[in-house]
Amino acid sequence: MSFEPRILGFLCNWCSYAGADLAGVSRIQYPPNIRVIRVMCSGRVDPEFIFKALKLGIDGVIITGCHPGDCHYIEGNYEAVKKFELVQKLLSKLNMEKRIRLEWVSASEGNRFAEVITDFTNQIKELGPSPLSGKDLDMELMEKLEALEMAAESYRLRALVGRERKITEQENVYGEKYPKEKFDNLFDAAINNEYIRNRILLSLEKNPKSVKDLATQLNIDSKEILNHILVLKGRNQVAMEDIIENQPIYLNVMER
Amino acid sequence: MEKVGAVLIVGAGIGGSQAALDLAESGYKAYLIESTTSIGGVMAQLDKTFPTNDCAICIVSPKLVEAGRHPNIDIKINAVIDSFSGEPGNFTANITEKTLYIDMEKCTGCGVCGQECPVEAIDVFNEGLSLKGATSVKYPQAVPLVFAIDRDYCIGCGICKGVCKAKAIDYDLEDKKSELKVGAVILSLGFDEFEPNNMKHYGYGIYDNVVTSIQFERILSASGPFSGKVLRPSDGSTPSKVAFLHCVGSRDPKFGQEYCSSVCCMYTCKEAVIAKEHMEGLEPTIFSMDIRAYGKDFDKYIERAQNEYGVRYIRSRISSITEIPETKDLKLSYEDEKGRVIQEIYNMVILGVGLNPPKDAKYIAEKFGVELNEYGFINAKPLSPVETSRPGVFVCGACSSPKDIPETVIEASGAAGKVNEILSPVRDTLVTKKEYPNEIDISGKEPRVGVFVCHCGINIGGYVDVPEVMKYARTLPNVVLADMNLYTCSADTQTLIKDKIKEFNINRVIVASCTPRTHEPLFQETIREAGLNRFLFQMTNIRDQCSWVHMHQPEEATEKAKDLVRMAVAKSRINEALETFELKVTPIALIIGGGVAGMTAALNFANQGFQAYIIEKEKQLGGFALKIYETLEGDNIQEFIQDLIKKVNSEEKIQVFLEANIEVIDGYVGNFISTVNYGPNKTSTQLDHGVVLVATGGNEYKPKEYLYGEVPNIITQQELEEKLFTSSEIQKKKSIVMIQCVGSRNDEHPYCSRTCCAEAIKNALNIKKKNPEAEVVILFRDIRTYGFKEKYYRKARENGVLFIRFDKEKPPQISKENENLKVSIESQKMGKITLNSDLIVLSSGIVAPAEGNEVLAKMVKVPLNEDKFFLEAHVKLRPVDFATEGIFLCGTAHGPATISESIAQANSAVSRATTILSKETLLIGGAVSVVDKDICTGCKICVRICPFNAIVKDEEGYAYVQEALCKGCGLCSASCPEKAITTKHFTNEQILSEIYALGGKEVI
Amino acid sequence: MSYEPTILGFLCNWCSYAGADLAGVSRLQYPPNIRVIRVMCSGRVDPKFVFEALKIGIDGIIVMGCHPGDCHYLEGNYEAEKKFNMLKKFLTFINLDNRIRLEWVSASEGMRFAEIVSEFTNSIKELGPSPLKEDKDLLDKLEAIEMAADSYRIRALVGRERTIIESENVYGEKVPQDKFDNIFNTAIYDEYMRCRILLSLKKNSKSVKVLASELEIDPSEVLEHILILKGSNSITMGEIEGITPIYEYTMEG
Repeated sequence: MSFEPRILGFLCNWCSYAGADLAGVSRIQYPPNIRVIRVMCSGRVDPEFIFKALKLGIDGVIITGCHPGDCHYIEGNYEAVKKFELVQKLLSKLNMEKRIRLEWVSASEGNRFAEVITDFTNQIKELGPSPLSGKDLDMELMEKLEALEMAAESYRLRALVGRERKITEQENVYGEKYPKEKFDNLFDAAINNEYIRNRILLSLEKNPKSVKDLATQLNIDSKEILNHILVLKGRNQVAMEDIIENQPIYLNVMER
Repeated sequence: MEKVGAVLIVGAGIGGSQAALDLAESGYKAYLIESTTSIGGVMAQLDKTFPTNDCAICIVSPKLVEAGRHPNIDIKINAVIDSFSGEPGNFTANITEKTLYIDMEKCTGCGVCGQECPVEAIDVFNEGLSLKGATSVKYPQAVPLVFAIDRDYCIGCGICKGVCKAKAIDYDLEDKKSELKVGAVILSLGFDEFEPNNMKHYGYGIYDNVVTSIQFERILSASGPFSGKVLRPSDGSTPSKVAFLHCVGSRDPKFGQEYCSSVCCMYTCKEAVIAKEHMEGLEPTIFSMDIRAYGKDFDKYIERAQNEYGVRYIRSRISSITEIPETKDLKLSYEDEKGRVIQEIYNMVILGVGLNPPKDAKYIAEKFGVELNEYGFINAKPLSPVETSRPGVFVCGACSSPKDIPETVIEASGAAGKVNEILSPVRDTLVTKKEYPNEIDISGKEPRVGVFVCHCGINIGGYVDVPEVMKYARTLPNVVLADMNLYTCSADTQTLIKDKIKEFNINRVIVASCTPRTHEPLFQETIREAGLNRFLFQMTNIRDQCSWVHMHQPEEATEKAKDLVRMAVAKSRINEALETFELKVTPIALIIGGGVAGMTAALNFANQGFQAYIIEKEKQLGGFALKIYETLEGDNIQEFIQDLIKKVNSEEKIQVFLEANIEVIDGYVGNFISTVNYGPNKTSTQLDHGVVLVATGGNEYKPKEYLYGEVPNIITQQELEEKLFTSSEIQKKKSIVMIQCVGSRNDEHPYCSRTCCAEAIKNALNIKKKNPEAEVVILFRDIRTYGFKEKYYRKARENGVLFIRFDKEKPPQISKENENLKVSIESQKMGKITLNSDLIVLSSGIVAPAEGNEVLAKMVKVPLNEDKFFLEAHVKLRPVDFATEGIFLCGTAHGPATISESIAQANSAVSRATTILSKETLLIGGAVSVVDKDICTGCKICVRICPFNAIVKDEEGYAYVQEALCKGCGLCSASCPEKAITTKHFTNEQILSEIYALGGKEVI
Repeated sequence: MSYEPTILGFLCNWCSYAGADLAGVSRLQYPPNIRVIRVMCSGRVDPKFVFEALKIGIDGIIVMGCHPGDCHYLEGNYEAEKKFNMLKKFLTFINLDNRIRLEWVSASEGMRFAEIVSEFTNSIKELGPSPLKEDKDLLDKLEAIEMAADSYRIRALVGRERTIIESENVYGEKVPQDKFDNIFNTAIYDEYMRCRILLSLKKNSKSVKVLASELEIDPSEVLEHILILKGSNSITMGEIEGITPIYEYTMEG
């Protein structure tokens, strides 16, 4: 039996959804794998939606919105890009970034809609089933995805995504444009840090561990782990429980 | 030119803050310029301080808070000096306060901006060991408590402005330039720690587990990144074997500096002890060349570290460190005293880094036109360690030479003392005297309580239901108004509070907000401006100790806030207006001791226009210094001392009593009466004075050991010096052996006499100068040439002086064969050796005049330490004060000191005393204790228990509190068997009313 | 509903109160049961404050001061310790000694403050509500303890302890700690019993025998106390029932 992926599409109401309708009116054929959720604007797609979908074993998620400049809500699609980039950066840590895509489809591009969907469906087919679908779930991968989701949900990353365009494309509070490159460096570091911190939190939620245990489990340098632990302690999310054989043992004290 | 009664103080560490406080209290305006965003300097970074293991922030924080709110101190943070010009008495300085992008007036220090900042920048305060936001405060107890945006890290997202409910954030705030007119300047720049980056052989910056001592200080701090647990930076495990390395960047011309950094021997020992206290299983080892524990009670501390804490000392300099990659442990190689190369493995290594001149010393020196010395420190005048090359510009603390906290504090007050000499004619010309309305008489009136509950933005309001607390307050007895504010501390709310006091005829005010430690004075000031006595204010803390610590339990936090408000109302109802009185001050100083310290102090007082009495027990002035000819640095002491005596004798305002004894000292601060007899006929006289300076000095120890007194060619260093300068006898000697630590660091005198190493080297160099052929051998235990004196140690070795170390347990043996003296000694390096000698010189130490000191100590009720030197009020921060107000100490009375150190102490004691003498009256009363004579039985428990000697027996035998001395701690109240003592503002009734209110009972 | 104790904390202004503030600044969370009264020095905490708090049903009381050597008033915390030891000894008589605690917390130990408060709150939770809320008999005993602790003799001994042990007594000697402790322990016990006798007689006059059975101690011991109380005119012998003298309370105030 050949693999038939399950694909979720988020379509903006004004352009892409209309484009999809046009494909239908024009009787343009495309693979039946996609299920569409209509949203008012592509910028409405909260990163959480994508993570939730992936966790449920959806094989691919596509977001389509109006072309740049065409947005019914003026600039919603630009925000969609920023959110999408965040998710993509996060997913690349698990080599899952190819399972999501962002495209622009206008109300007149029925053809293009069908093409995009066909192409994406084929791409996902080639990738094979999501490692999170089926019966034998890869629990480790699931935990990593969970950590990514928590990172995306974190105040810090949401704050950075929310401000990115303002400070890098228009002007920041000092009336300057903050260099995109510098921002990207900072943003990438933040993404990486928040991901690892959340992995640490999830790991400690199961049972208390030492820095060494965490370093082995996460395959990360123990010095880096220690620095994250200190930050988490500062946020009152972990605490030292005990010291066993020279190894301080930390536990998760976060209230979720 | 007209003199200006203001002083510019550059650098607001402990030195600058102390100088500012002294001057502000002596009637001058003080501008305290700080380059970072808060005052406190390095001391605020420290965990504990040696040799008492005091918690640094506990002792420094109250002082900083005091400086922060003193009306005569104007703190300029984030500031740089642009230009400087003028004459002593009248200088002009231009400064720029760089913008914080946060309005200092509006920032409440609540910290929401820092928490919401999405950027993680390096936390400099924690020495790069932890992270913080781009907007941050330097440390939680910072003064002033304002946040600042670090533009190097800020991305300009604007989130902080959104979350700041106080509207303090303003990205358009520009740098502020101002011109300051001042009469004098004090430079107190502090130091920079040596950066061991170029010491590849120690692997700093390469190996994770090699850290500097100042980083380790933050590791040890309970409020530091590791919460006081000792963890390895490589993996967070707790190390067992920890090595401390001395002299990293010090006594090391190749990689660092030639001089000795003076403080590292002690702080590494302290760090080892504290680390051991924090982590029981730790095994600290300290690698040292000499152990330079030359300060007061330092040797005892080192001994305790070794004996009680098991700190291991190894005499060696580590040649290299390599990391074992798998474990990240460190392999140390060193040569032991016998010359064997040994390798040991440690889990962590701490580099005891030295003190460098501050990075901006050069810039500042150029701006102010002062000289730097060969090492880049600010050059201080010989024999006057607080004077720079430019008149009117003074210096204190580690920017003139490496030194510890008490020495810095001494110099800070010493510099203030010198400023007093210049500016005393314009005292009180620039200080702000505030006019207040008359106090409203509330006696016999029903309490009318006003309660102001603060939202503190979202800091309280986000967790505690503030409207609910306010409504609840309205139901409490005597509450006539309960209101709530977004920020109760903001300027507009102060106006509102004043209006409400009038409108509702309020006579008790309660603010439920943050901590009284920082904010009580502000609100007290507000109600005073509205005509209410300051003590009618009551504060309760529903933020730091409620909303912030119970964030996840809003209902419980609200209940707690209600309880706290109820308790505050209960107490407030019986709060009373407390009176303060003015006590006249006799502007005269009594100085006990006419040595260098006593005379220096007397001249300073006289130059300020105060009268001074000198009480000298000998027939002539001069003391110990009369027998000294030269300092190690080559200054002529005989000339100096004769000049000093001449100046004192010709000064009208100084009255000298020779062959004098004090019979009685009566009275208290501002109003002492002493009976003194003097002269050959023991004439008795009574003297009125406002302060007492104890400057009784010390004596040379007369050796009982080493055949001293039995053989003519065994003499002391002092005798040698005299011979060197008055005869040619020494030139004929061929082989001279000097023995160190005679009468020091032994069981009888367990302390180091501080000066003898330098004395021996000074005399050795002189001998070599006069007779290069003479062999000079110095037998020592540790050579303690601290600071720049190290240069002369090096010079002595270069000139061929031989140094041989011996252990305390194996002192040199002297034998006499005919006229020949033989000294045999067991050296670690060379084994047993015997030296032939035609002159043996004993470096005998300094001892306290025990009997005299004991009598005087009883008379003025101040303590002595075990070695019979006087014990100051606080080893670190009040080095020339006694706990009893109005009494000060300086010179060798405090402990062995060099002449220039004694001079600094003398000026320091004068400055401290001037904070009293410069005032016509002292304000006394307020929250002090009072004895009910009808109940007192005269048992004297309170007299003994009072730490400040404030309680005495009156003529009838009852206890009596001298209000001028009482600090209001309440120990006496809690201890009086008859409960005859009431401590105002914290009376039993007031505290019990809070307890009963908590229990829900009616107020008694 | 689970039991939530009420805890009263006395914090010295300079170290512990600052430490508590630091816990706040660091947003460390701890149970909300504690209510704090700020005092200038831990040595200011009069034993009476603790008794009064216990009497009105406070479940636990914690006193915090500067670490030894750090006291802003030089040695106030040492005095606090002496007073606390006395309290502890008295409260041991009625098994309430584990409801009070003395701890040192410095201005930099926000974490330690939060930990101590959490730990103390939990220990009081485990002990359950203060029995003084229900037990009238126990309250009487506490009343006797408070009287005893308030007595001149006990306050004088506590007030002098450090002078005579650590520096010297009026004869210029140091009294050994264990010798002082013996004297002090005896004094504490005796004063407690005497106050109980007084309070019992205040309700109604009684014979030695009745007192002995009420106090559950030997009649000969009761008699000794009675004689001393008679000597200080606190009680008098009233009528004699048969051959048994009945004592009555006469003390004023």
